[in-house]
Amino acid sequence: MRALLQRFSFLLMVLAAIGLMMMTRADPVFIDAARARVTDAFAPILGFIARPAGAVASVLESGRQLTALYAENERLRQDNERLRQWQQTALRLEAENNSLRGLLAYKPDPAASYITARVIADPGGAFVRTLVVMAGQRDGVRRGQAAMAGQGVIGRVVQVGEWSSRILLVTDLNARIPVVLETTRQRAMLSGDNSDQPRLMYIPRGVEPTVGERVFTSGHGGLFPAGLPVGIVAATHDGETRVTPIVDLSRIEYVQLVDFGIPGGLAAEAAQPGAMQ
Amino acid sequence: MAVGVWQRLDQAGRNLVPFSTTVAAMLLGMMPLQLPDYSFVAPPLTLMSIYYWAIYRPDLLRPLLAFGIGLLQDLLAGSPLGMSALVYVLAYWLVLTQRRYFLGNSFWFLWLGFALVAVGAGAVQWLAYSLMTAHLVGPGNIVAQALLAIVVFPVPAWCFSKLHRSLLSAS
Repeated sequence: MRALLQRFSFLLMVLAAIGLMMMTRADPVFIDAARARVTDAFAPILGFIARPAGAVASVLESGRQLTALYAENERLRQDNERLRQWQQTALRLEAENNSLRGLLAYKPDPAASYITARVIADPGGAFVRTLVVMAGQRDGVRRGQAAMAGQGVIGRVVQVGEWSSRILLVTDLNARIPVVLETTRQRAMLSGDNSDQPRLMYIPRGVEPTVGERVFTSGHGGLFPAGLPVGIVAATHDGETRVTPIVDLSRIEYVQLVDFGIPGGLAAEAAQPGAMQ
Repeated sequence: MAVGVWQRLDQAGRNLVPFSTTVAAMLLGMMPLQLPDYSFVAPPLTLMSIYYWAIYRPDLLRPLLAFGIGLLQDLLAGSPLGMSALVYVLAYWLVLTQRRYFLGNSFWFLWLGFALVAVGAGAVQWLAYSLMTAHLVGPGNIVAQALLAIVVFPVPAWCFSKLHRSLLSAS
């Protein structure tokens, strides 16, 4: 009798789990709120654990760097020289751009404001590419804001709690970012598939992206502003183009959440299949 | 002498060890270690903890707790709600039916049992996720994760057994 009861309770729990999984697809708003609450509740603990983890990581990192110090130095010297030349060019172009804009009475995009937040968890698992950061509603984080680290886009905010929020990385299966190719100005969709290199989709036939060219946000859909660097075309074969994210997504300690003041709520709320909406 | 209130509190605290180590294992597993590709194949510490306690002290880690911990993990990790819960309950079930083979036998049996559970858990997750997203997810990460989990299992298992012996041996 007892064994039967036990078996029944197991069956009940299995069914409950399956039911919940189906519900995740049907009613994301309620579950989203629950996720935000729970993440908020655990954020202090996760933040506490993340500190020694960061220390361990930096020790490992410095050990690795020591072995390559000389070569790294040489490379940086060359880089620096090259970048100085670029800086001159950029300054000249900026001045030219400003004067041309003045001639055209161009209306600039609203100025962006940044929120910097520490990464406190990388819960990942085999299927989901997200980060949890220590900044939330009270810090001005809103759903749909772009997340950047260093010089490139890494994803967007998909869940906001009171003092923590979750970022869906560009490599996640559910991530879709409208992008534009640098040289051809061809629009495409950067679509994550849980691999390290997201795919470029919806490129018309005949357009062949060149390896090494950069990919920027196109600004279509109103989610991200145009012109943020996302990645570099890594390889194309059989009509499938892969893009390497410009930021090393496995080594992000701090992220910048960027509020561009774009009234793009609709696109941010657009439903997508899968777990993280 | 009658059992004092402190003694009872002490016992209650000790009885919480399986639950609290499992939650701690879950939180530790979410640490941002900043190692390339680590988080995709991070060994499932929670599964190891549930496996260990389901074998040695199932009276202190009930299946319902395993279910609850799974839900908590799903909420925190952003994975489909119910997926980890499903995996943990199924793993618990499997362990409970085969418990007498693992218990009392050598460590090799414990290890072998975990290998089976890890592979099964990976298969269930992969199937559930592929069905949910209607998208055949590449099984590479899952396979790597299961292999890594099997390889590192002795380390957490040793920690659990230390805790087990030092805090729960009297009862």
